[in-house]
Amino acid sequence: MAKLTMVQALNLALHQEMEKDDRVIVLGEDVGKDGGVFRVTDGLYEKFGDERSVDTPLAESGIVGMSIGMAIFGLLPVCEIQFSGFTYENFHQIESHAARMRWRSQGAFHVPMVLRTPYGGGVRALEHHSESREAYYAHTPGLKMVIPSGPRNARALLVSAIRDPDPVIFYEAKALYRAFREEVPETEETFPIGKSRVAREGKDLTIVAYGAMVRPALEAADILKENDRVEAEVIDLLTLSPLDDEPVIRSVKRTGRAMVIHEAPGSFGPGAEIVSRLVEKAFYYLEVPIARVTGYDIIIPLFSREHSYIPGVQRIVRTARNLVSK
Amino acid sequence: MPRKKIEIPDTVEHLSILDEAGQLDRELEPDISETLLLKLYRSMVLGRKFDERLLNLQRQGRIGTFAPITGQEASQLGTVAVMRESDWFVPSFRETAAELWRGRSMESVILLFGGYNEGGHVEDGRRNLPVAIPVGSQLLHAVGLGWAIRYRRSDDMVLTFFGDGATSEGDFHEALNFAGVYQAPVIFVCQNNQWAISVPRSKQTRSATIAQKAVAYGIPGIQVDGNDILSVYAAAREAERRARSGGGPTLIECVTYRLMMHTTADDPKRYRSEEDVNIWKQRDPLTRFQNYLIDKGLLTDSRIEAITADVLGDIQAAVDRAENRMKRLGDPMDMFDHAYATIPPHLNAQRDLLAADLAASAKEKNHG
Repeated sequence: MAKLTMVQALNLALHQEMEKDDRVIVLGEDVGKDGGVFRVTDGLYEKFGDERSVDTPLAESGIVGMSIGMAIFGLLPVCEIQFSGFTYENFHQIESHAARMRWRSQGAFHVPMVLRTPYGGGVRALEHHSESREAYYAHTPGLKMVIPSGPRNARALLVSAIRDPDPVIFYEAKALYRAFREEVPETEETFPIGKSRVAREGKDLTIVAYGAMVRPALEAADILKENDRVEAEVIDLLTLSPLDDEPVIRSVKRTGRAMVIHEAPGSFGPGAEIVSRLVEKAFYYLEVPIARVTGYDIIIPLFSREHSYIPGVQRIVRTARNLVSK
Repeated sequence: MPRKKIEIPDTVEHLSILDEAGQLDRELEPDISETLLLKLYRSMVLGRKFDERLLNLQRQGRIGTFAPITGQEASQLGTVAVMRESDWFVPSFRETAAELWRGRSMESVILLFGGYNEGGHVEDGRRNLPVAIPVGSQLLHAVGLGWAIRYRRSDDMVLTFFGDGATSEGDFHEALNFAGVYQAPVIFVCQNNQWAISVPRSKQTRSATIAQKAVAYGIPGIQVDGNDILSVYAAAREAERRARSGGGPTLIECVTYRLMMHTTADDPKRYRSEEDVNIWKQRDPLTRFQNYLIDKGLLTDSRIEAITADVLGDIQAAVDRAENRMKRLGDPMDMFDHAYATIPPHLNAQRDLLAADLAASAKEKNHG
């Protein structure tokens, strides 16, 4: 086992899947010779050539529309959109076609593609390079929406996404790309899409998070344990759609207290869905109202202020203390 | 030298073989077998008569909205006639004649316009995509298919349709650009029918032709008389040979006319004159081709009557089959089918809710 960053872990998944299956094609802007602006596709061009590591013209709708055609043909395209803030250019191809081709053709054609794209703040970037709009995709029927939280599950989930028969939107938290390393086995590993996991067990409070928010949630749990003797359970969703709410419901039935964290704007965000599920399925177990710690309903500010926008450890700890003190 | 000329192609060809007066350019006349000529003729009649019948069904409330094709039969059939079964066909939504040529059943067309998802089903193994309604968006799928064909070292190709309005969409430009860059074996067929609902071709683009847009992407473009099936066929053959031999994509602009409304929900009297339409009625692709075949000795009045009767019989049989089938279809529980390869738990739960709701409604109805 090697200790890998998330970038290296994703790269490992791509190398291994491309080696295994010549239907897997990587395409996007700068994914070839340059190895991707974040280097996730590094070395694929050297190993597999420009026919399987395809530099495309600069046109997001073109990249996704072409991927849809390749997928209908029977290939397994993994396209990269350089930043999620540019996926609006291709949104209609995803919404109008990728998500619907199976339905429209009554199962005759399907679109087994993966759209990889970095999302979220925390890397001191320009406008359009820091936002979190996972709700758009999680809201769209026919898609799967996956957001890993670390190197090991990122690798396993990407392998599963490539092999999945339906279109998968794969959000990669750019704040996590090189934030920490994890042991990632060289041998193949997958993780089922549509399954969440308990990242830390606890009996007093349930914190629901995903992607880049899992780490601050875990840190907050450490602080709560040390300073407050509060045991927080942290649920890492991993897949937003289809959402596996079972571990969340089970946990809240035990703890009676819940909070949801994401950096996307709060209103109509994934947190609203989690809260609804809890109200529907665990209402009588709730001791206190559910809290949301999310981005505000504004465009994420440029980086001098973004740390005040993105939920941080202290905000999570304060909200948790508030919940357990009631 | 501060300023100098860069040489680029500054002309595109216009091809016309059988003109509206019935004048034939024998030098350019394509070599088409008698069997194929007659097959094309029957398909044109079928396209026209099926359109009439669909309009009839729509006006009687037996189907919903649809987009008529009348006047565009030559553009559609002259192009698809060069396809092999293993080629990929990527339609927009006004290509019924071409779809029937490619093996889609009339029954399936009626089901779709009748509001049944089952009409979208494509038979196993057929390389025909279902209709794409968002204008121009399907062109990129054609490029992806073409890319994959090259990747697999096949000499198949892709043929895709769109209208003059689609050439204003970004996806049109991205598709032509990508196809040029990757030399994808795609024939882009623009049915320039002069109207995007109410907006005339002159307001769609300042360009003198649509064909010339190919020049910007470094691919061949040609304008043809889209109401002359011989011209359409000849241009498509040329593009087909290019595509199969690694020569890349071609843009064909078929200059034609939408003789009917945009869809049955549209009233063209609001924006165009009868006189305009009448000019184009004189250029009808069906009568032009019919006269050509009569001159060639391939058709007679009685033969035309027989073909028409045969076509009408087929249409009636398809309408009967479709209407019988629609009586049996429509179980709301089917609406969750084909959302995903495997139905996820939350959709199963929603499906159960629907079942309970339907059962409750049925109970209320029985006790009401």
